[in-house]
Amino acid sequence: MAKPKKCQHCDKPATIHLTQIVNNTVHKVDLCEDCSFKHNVTDPEAFSLADFLIQPEGMHKLENAPDNCPSCGFKPSDFKKTGRFGCPDCYETFREMIQPMLGNMHKDVVHRGKVPEKALERVGVQRRVDEMERELQDAISEENYEEAARLRDALRDLRERVEAAAKAE
Amino acid sequence: MSIQNLISAKAELTDGGLPAEPIVLSTRIRLARNLNAHLFPGRASNDEARATYSDCVSALEKLDALKQSYILNISQMENLSRQVLVERRLISRELTEAGEGAGVVISRNQHLSVMINEEDHLRLQVVRSGFNFRKTWAEINAVDSELENHLDYAFSHDFGYLTACPTNLGTGMRASAMLHLPGLVMGEHMEKVVRMVNQLGLAVRGCFGEGSEATGSIFQISNQQTLGEGEDAIINRLINILHAIIEQEHNAREVLLEQKTATVFDKIGRAYGVLTHAHMLSSEEAMAWLSLMRLAVDFGMLPDDSRSLIDRLMMETQPGHIQYAAHSEIEPEKRDVTRARVIREHLRALPDLNFDIRKSEKN
Ligand SMILES: [Zn+2]
Ligand SMILES: [Zn+2]
Repeated sequence: MAKPKKCQHCDKPATIHLTQIVNNTVHKVDLCEDCSFKHNVTDPEAFSLADFLIQPEGMHKLENAPDNCPSCGFKPSDFKKTGRFGCPDCYETFREMIQPMLGNMHKDVVHRGKVPEKALERVGVQRRVDEMERELQDAISEENYEEAARLRDALRDLRERVEAAAKAE
Repeated sequence: MSIQNLISAKAELTDGGLPAEPIVLSTRIRLARNLNAHLFPGRASNDEARATYSDCVSALEKLDALKQSYILNISQMENLSRQVLVERRLISRELTEAGEGAGVVISRNQHLSVMINEEDHLRLQVVRSGFNFRKTWAEINAVDSELENHLDYAFSHDFGYLTACPTNLGTGMRASAMLHLPGLVMGEHMEKVVRMVNQLGLAVRGCFGEGSEATGSIFQISNQQTLGEGEDAIINRLINILHAIIEQEHNAREVLLEQKTATVFDKIGRAYGVLTHAHMLSSEEAMAWLSLMRLAVDFGMLPDDSRSLIDRLMMETQPGHIQYAAHSEIEPEKRDVTRARVIREHLRALPDLNFDIRKSEKN
């Protein structure tokens, strides 16, 4: 006789069984009432079955993986607990662990949608301004006044361009 | 903080928007966005969450679409008001549990709502009544592009918009339609439809009630995958599948009318009888009967313009709304009495059901 299935998050008997087909693979999820409630199974707005397709166990197998994210201190074990990352930088930190998981979850692993051009340009320009300011300080401390004058003019032009762009919005 | 103005104003899903359509109640698109160099809300401290809240609010206030908007600090709001916002689908249940820094900004016309510090820093959402993906996408895309002038989004060229949960990565977009499918439910075809839709990478959920039981035969169908395809491709695929489901619903209704005329007429007649005479109605029961009233409108048994009244009753007879209108938390039994009275009063103002629909079609 078949034993009643156990909840895959805790050991209580599973009373809720879900099936989902993603990329032609059948995924079965068995949950107890408590866990299904915790994961918002009854809330159609919040629940996504794909949450259960994440297999964080596999994440520990990567030997070269960093222990935690330098920006937020997030550890792979936190991901297993919550199914969420700690900060945007986690995606870069844990890139190699994330990529195989994304293949299971999505159409493909590369973004093909909208790109926030304006925000990226603004970030890029700011980065360039910071860099030039550092170079300018270096030039001054090295008494390289010719280079310092060139950098000062370039910085002024860049700042004017940024301000003009901000006004045009 | 009072949400009375918001409730009394005409809302997109009650009677202020586009005319209500048969089968498709509403179209919704939401975008998940996060701020660069900020911890995701689940990991942020209270101070950081509060700072994110004020940064987001001051950026949102600059948008044309959010002139004179409702700005609501959810963490300081009383329970009943929150429940009303959840029932109106302006916020998620998760936001009500998010704690410090949780908020929402809702446009005057209530098309657009932006949740702050839910699972992601920002969850933008546009809802329009009926089948309106092009309009809905154009609207939310414009808001998102404008917001980009004021906030640095977390984005990577290969992963797209970076979200707290990897299931939203890429476009961060969830597009969905809310469908009224009593024909497929009565004809017992829903299981087959759910299987087909799942195979095509979409999710089907009951909108009201618990679990898989869809009270009122209302379902939400949405994309599951967000990475690897552009927004247009995702929306087009969804539209194609929705068209197929809508056609099947039409066929199922046609078959019911042809082959089970008496059964269908009896159900609708009983629904009308109960709703115009009952003195106690639970929200599940009300929803089930109101669903049949909506079907009656689609069949031409009631005037076309009563559809939005029925949609409004479906929303406003949910438990939170009933209690909010009564100005206090009241026990279920009293709620049922109030609910029955509200529905009775509104439905008695409608003309009698016209069961002579086949004849009038031929003329
Ligand atoms: Zn469990
Ligand atoms: Zn991190």
